[in-house]
Amino acid sequence: MALSIFKIFHQHGRQYVKDLRKSFIPEGFRGRPVISSDITPAEEKSAEIVCPTGAITSGPFSLDLGKCEFCMECSFATSGKIRFTNDHRLATNSRESLIIKTGEDKPITIDKALVKKEIHSYFGHALKLRQVSAGGDNSAEMELNAAGNVNFDMGRYGIEFVASPRHSDGIVVTGPISGNMAKALQICYDAIPSPKIVVLAGTAAISGGIFENSPVTNRSFLETVKPDLYVPGNPPHPLTFINGILDLTGRK
Amino acid sequence: MIEKRDDRDIMMVVMKSNPFVVQVKDIPVLDYPSFMDKINLLMADEGCHIVTYHAVPLGAALRFFCCIASDSDHLLILLSHEQQASPLPVLDSLTVSHPSFHMFEREIREQYGVEFTGHPWMKPVRLHNLDAGCRMQDAGIIHPASRIPYPFYSIEGEGIHEVGVGPIHAGIIEPGYFRFSCNGEKVLHLEIQLGFQHRGIESIFLEKHSGIQRAVLAESISGDTAVGHSIAHAQLLETLAGITPAKVVQSERIIALELERIAVHIGDTAALCTDIAYQFGQVVNEALRTIIINTTQSWCGNRFGKGLVRTGGSHYPLSGGFIKILLSNLKEVEERYGQITHEMFTNPSVLSRFEGIGKVSARQAGMIGAVGMAARSSGVNRDIRWSHPFQAFTDSVYEPVTLHQGDVWARAMLRKQEVEKSILLIRDLLTGKDFERDLAQPLYEFKLQPASFALSLAEGWRGEIMHSAVTDQNGNIIHYKVKDPSFHNWMALALAVRNQEISDFPLCNKSFNLSYCGNDL
Repeated sequence: MALSIFKIFHQHGRQYVKDLRKSFIPEGFRGRPVISSDITPAEEKSAEIVCPTGAITSGPFSLDLGKCEFCMECSFATSGKIRFTNDHRLATNSRESLIIKTGEDKPITIDKALVKKEIHSYFGHALKLRQVSAGGDNSAEMELNAAGNVNFDMGRYGIEFVASPRHSDGIVVTGPISGNMAKALQICYDAIPSPKIVVLAGTAAISGGIFENSPVTNRSFLETVKPDLYVPGNPPHPLTFINGILDLTGRK
Repeated sequence: MIEKRDDRDIMMVVMKSNPFVVQVKDIPVLDYPSFMDKINLLMADEGCHIVTYHAVPLGAALRFFCCIASDSDHLLILLSHEQQASPLPVLDSLTVSHPSFHMFEREIREQYGVEFTGHPWMKPVRLHNLDAGCRMQDAGIIHPASRIPYPFYSIEGEGIHEVGVGPIHAGIIEPGYFRFSCNGEKVLHLEIQLGFQHRGIESIFLEKHSGIQRAVLAESISGDTAVGHSIAHAQLLETLAGITPAKVVQSERIIALELERIAVHIGDTAALCTDIAYQFGQVVNEALRTIIINTTQSWCGNRFGKGLVRTGGSHYPLSGGFIKILLSNLKEVEERYGQITHEMFTNPSVLSRFEGIGKVSARQAGMIGAVGMAARSSGVNRDIRWSHPFQAFTDSVYEPVTLHQGDVWARAMLRKQEVEKSILLIRDLLTGKDFERDLAQPLYEFKLQPASFALSLAEGWRGEIMHSAVTDQNGNIIHYKVKDPSFHNWMALALAVRNQEISDFPLCNKSFNLSYCGNDL
């Protein structure tokens, strides 16, 4: 028995991703899109038509990652003129930064001017977060769980999800905010001591995504609360989330 | 397709194929007493279980469709009755004789205000919190008559206390409300109230007309079962459109489905270890799950297989290069998962936390209409891959894994055995096929058969997924219905924790790992 345990340990080896800041996801991953400058008006039109959530709009032509479900259909419809690169660094605190325009190929970053002053000083060394799924489909939730697992081990930075809002420094919302969760979400947010941060993880949380006009969602929470971080994805990859949080809190 | 077998036949539609489509005019409309008689007759057979029972508004009438699956005869039986929508129908409840109907009658009551006389436990399915932002009534998803105040079931007596948990739980997990009635540490009764995740899936299916929108929506019903729900959705539309996808596409779908099953089962093995503080099993299994979902990602760019299943074809044909990666990763996972689970299931401290905990008997599982894993780990052989084969399962006979113990151990062991089986299945599916030669792009523009009822079943990792649609004279979808296996199986969790210590609830809950969003839609 002891021998087989050693064998399992040996094969298990070191699972953690050594450098989360430099780690990349292989080609094929649907990350930050680039719209080629030679996209034709006809291709623009067909991309706009196939997009399931209206993330692609014309005048000027652009793709909004806050609405994008990362289905890639626009890429297939334009023979790759819209190309999803494997750049997983999609998180930002500026909603405008999520809008990709034709010909743009630059990293998505945090707008330092928009970061609340206390975030670096209060949360720069440790950050405890409370997650609330409000109509989420459980894929974003599973990826947030994975951020703390043996591979990604976000805990090495002192960043963790905690059970009680009373112990937390912020809230991570997933899902389009179902009407039936609206009140619970508000209560949970109110229970977190200030100062606190708000993170929207996943396309459904940022814009509603495919549920944008659902009559049974209730997004009034976002009318009074300003998000500190948007983490796009369907679902967001653990590396997208972790790097977004590290950038926001001013970590190296 | 409609088999005329005996005197029962003029009363119902009997189908051999899954999915199936039938014109609405060919579905016999029974009066309610005859409908009840037929249900009683069919449900007396232990090899039959309820797949769906739902209502569809057609003009001024409410048309009720009930599908019963005869697992042993491999048939799907469709029965129907019709009532005027106004005044609100009052019907005798079938739940009285067949408890597995309880959720379906509750759902019909909530959506259309139909009274079911004698229903033992009429309570909301998704409706609650009316003053707290719930918009279901304004959206027309619930009937105003279903706004009944619901007091939770309560037990009184010396030393009896209640514990309420939720909707937000301690961890990254979807919301739901659990109320325990306990005597000391012992749970006498658990009542589960869901609905918090309701996003209006079924009504959005009618508003979104493009095939891509519907595909994305199907993937969002329950993101942990993106492939399972996508297959149920795709084959439903394909059968309505008269399209048969290429054989290789059918095989690819099943490979994706089994990868999803392997990933979740291994992840759940890890989570079960977490809940008994067996960190060794947790970390090793977590790492193995990562290998599988990363394999799916290298196939299609998404760790959950979103975007992989599309109507008519696929954007991601299996390439020779990917098949090599797949086979090598499966080999590694097979070996290492075999070792860690052997270690787990021979470890006395693991066994003492798994064995005899959260037991659901075969009788209980049959009675509540449990499906999928929850049924099979309690000795009830329900597996759509065997009973009503779909896609590539039509080419061979799948032998389901069943265990009779019905406890946490059985649900853990079933996962282990199903992982092993799915790996063999994928290898079989990869053998002797040229995936690259027969490319088939997805189809999104097609005409659906008018005035028809279609139903499709797929066996996701949790169990039986049902999608069903009704079209109008022009072939537009006028009603869409989804049933996640959790809709049956939440009751199994409630039964499992009876007479258990309340501290065993997390372990029992994890052993089922049911879907909140799939239930709430």
